[in-house]
This record gives sequence, C-alpha cells and structure tokens, in this order.
Amino acid sequence: MCLAIPGQIVAIVDEPNRLAQVEVAGVRRNVNVGLLDAPEGGALPGDWVLIHVGFAISRVDAEEARATRELLERMGAEYEQELAELRGSEIR
Amino acid sequence: MRFVDEFRDAELGRAVATEILGAVEPGRHYKLMEVCGGHTHAIYKYGVDDLLPENVELVHGPGCPVCVIPMGRVDDGIAIAREPGVIFTCFGDMLRVPGSDGSLLEAKAAGADVRMVYSPLDALRIAKANPAREVVFFAIGFETTAPSTALTLKRARAEGVRNFSCMCNHVTIVPPLRALLDSPDLRLDGFIGPGHVSTVVGARPFEFIPADYGKPVVIAGFEPLDVLHAIRMLLAQLAEGRRAVENQYTRVVPWEGNVRALEALAEVFELRPHFEWRGLGFISQSGLRLSDAYAELDAERRFAVPGVRVADPKACQCGEVLKGVIKPWECKVFGTACTPERPIGTCMVSSEGACAAYYNFGRFQRGERAAL
Repeated sequence: MCLAIPGQIVAIVDEPNRLAQVEVAGVRRNVNVGLLDAPEGGALPGDWVLIHVGFAISRVDAEEARATRELLERMGAEYEQELAELRGSEIR
Repeated sequence: MRFVDEFRDAELGRAVATEILGAVEPGRHYKLMEVCGGHTHAIYKYGVDDLLPENVELVHGPGCPVCVIPMGRVDDGIAIAREPGVIFTCFGDMLRVPGSDGSLLEAKAAGADVRMVYSPLDALRIAKANPAREVVFFAIGFETTAPSTALTLKRARAEGVRNFSCMCNHVTIVPPLRALLDSPDLRLDGFIGPGHVSTVVGARPFEFIPADYGKPVVIAGFEPLDVLHAIRMLLAQLAEGRRAVENQYTRVVPWEGNVRALEALAEVFELRPHFEWRGLGFISQSGLRLSDAYAELDAERRFAVPGVRVADPKACQCGEVLKGVIKPWECKVFGTACTPERPIGTCMVSSEGACAAYYNFGRFQRGERAAL
C-alpha cells in the first residue's frame, strides 16, 4: 500500500463524489480525485496523476508519469502486487 | 557501479556519485537517515549505498507505516474481527503482521471474516453492499494515506452509512523524528525527507530540524538518482555550513503541501495524547484518532477494544532497526528465525521494511562486506 502509481484520467464518472476512471497499465478503475480540487479547477481527462490507495494524491506531467512507471516496472513483484490489488478494487 | 545503468540518466548518476566523492571531508563520518521506507527500498534495490564513499552511512528511519504498528494494536484489531457479524477490512500488507497470538491472516483462517482491500473506499463499498453486517476498516499510514481515510469517512457520514467504522492507526511523521533527534543513541548529520508524505504536509513541518537541531533536510523522490541527488545536496549543506530544508522533489512536492488534504485531516481527525510505536514506545501527539464530530464512525468507541499493551518479542530488534541504531543484518534473528515468509518483526513483513528490503536485495553482498 506504500506505492503511488501513475495513471491517466479517462473520464470523470461521478462528479459529486469526485470519482474518475483512470487507466493504469491497461487496467481501468475508479479513483477519487477530490484531493486535487483547486480554485483554478480540478483533475481533468487526460491528466496524469499518482494514485495511492484509490486516491489521486498529485498531478504529474507525462514524462514524470513515464519515468515513475518504468521505475515501478523494474521494481517487479511489489508493483505487480499493487496492480493485482488495484484490479480487485471496485470503487463506485 | 552496480545498477547505475538502470538510472533514468546513467551519465548523470555517475556524475553525481563523483560529486559526492569530492564533497566529503576525509576522516569525517557522515550518518544520513532516510526517513521513508520507499527510500530504503530504492537504496537496497539499486545499490545506492554501494555508490557512496565508505564514510557516508545511510541509516534507515521509522517511515514504514506497517513496521511501526505495535502488537497490541494488531491484537485489538483481531478482537474486533472476531466479533460476530463483523467484516474486518485492511490493506494486504497488514494481514501478516504478527500480534501476540497470531496475525489477521491466521484469524481469518480460524473463521473471522477478514478481507483485504485496495482502498478505504472499497471498505465503504463492502459496508453498503452488506447493510446487515458491521464493516470495520483498519486504517494505517502516515500523512500520505490519512487523507484517503478522511475523505472516505466524510463520504460515509454524508451518506449516512451506519454499519461502517474505522479503527484508526494513522500516525504523523514529525513526532518520531523529534524523538530520534532527542535520543542519545543516535548522532545523525542530516535527513533525506519523505517524498509522498511531503506532497501532503509540504516542506514546512520539517523546518524545526535545521532550526532546533541544526541538521539539514532534503526532501527526495524515489528514483535512485533522486536519492543520490539528495545525498549530494545534504553533503553540500554540511560542507558549506548551511542548515535548511531543501526540496529535491519539486516535480511532485509543493512547498505548501496539499491544502485540501490538510483541511480534510483537520476536520476528521484529532491528535491522540500519545500513541505507541513499535520499538519506539509511546510518543506524545504522534497518532490520530477520529474527532468528536466523527465519533459515531470510530470502531474503538463502537466495539469493546481490549487495549492491552503487549511487549515486542524478546528476540526481535525491530525497535533498534526503526531507530537506526542497528542494521537489519545485525539483528540476532535476521534471516534465520525471522524471514519474509515467517516474520517475527514488522520490519520483515512489508516490502518497505528495512529488514525485508535488505533480505530481498542486499543480503549476500552486504554480509560479505560486513564480514571483511
């Protein structure tokens, strides 16, 4: 649960509950993007975010997302475990 | 230079390692603590410490949320999980942490309904799908994770989900750092500050370290090159006689932190007068509990929690490892009685734990070096 993994926002799926569908390594799941809300606007489709326990905790650029993903892929088992747990998630 | 080719920019990795060599004073020993378990993991995985001169020592800190949970809290969680009608939910990392009479995984095997969840929002979903059951979420983590629990509790309250509650074990990073700085056991020269925690709290909470203790702090990212850069920045401060909080991880960490997350924490939680940490003992104002406004969602008020204090197993030296007093391989049971498959101590459970990270990545090489 300690990892923050990069994903790209596909769509905002539940505006009142601040849920967005994100794509992480080919997997699409819902996460909460409420922590990124700001007066100048919140997370939008196309944005890259770091996801921790079902919540987007920061917005990053595409290059940072790519580098982070490559680092996690090299990590191996822990990243696989995190993705397996994400696949089991059904946030709605 | 083992693994340096795997750095995002291998050329830069070699250059920074060379700069570090030039920045150390011969004859001076530097002890730098990496606070976060994610850094410990990166250091062992990529052999960052192999790139450092002999007189720069990395000391592992207390920043692994699984590792710092004391046995008594596991026992309390298991007591709730065994209550009739309860569905007990927690992160996967927590399942194998030993209590005084087994782990949550063993309680599950014995019949308790214990379920692993990816997110506190999954625990809330399970509660809504099972209105006749009591669903408890065992919350762990530093300020990185606590806002997720806070937003989940806010939603549970707004939706009036009455069969959901939280056993809160969230902890804060500053009090254990202050405790370590006050400890006579350890003389540290600087800190590699935690990356993800700082996305929430920002850099400001660490300013007491240079101000009150005269030590530098550099907040760092999780790539091996980030960690090397941070070490270079710490050594530069020490060489120049400066003491400040610097942010190496500006691409992710804003100086002010995440205001929304901090607001949610302030609304949902309050500081406990004291909280027990594995190996570190009771530290005042270091743990969070639900505020009065959220009392009805507090599992510790809803269920009879034994609240017993259990001493750590005698053979286990996680406390010394968490304080950075000994290295994982110096523990008497490391790799023999205590392994990731059959852990005695928490540091061997989580992959972020210093013992597990060292066991998985560095054991033989380091063992040889230590034997020289």
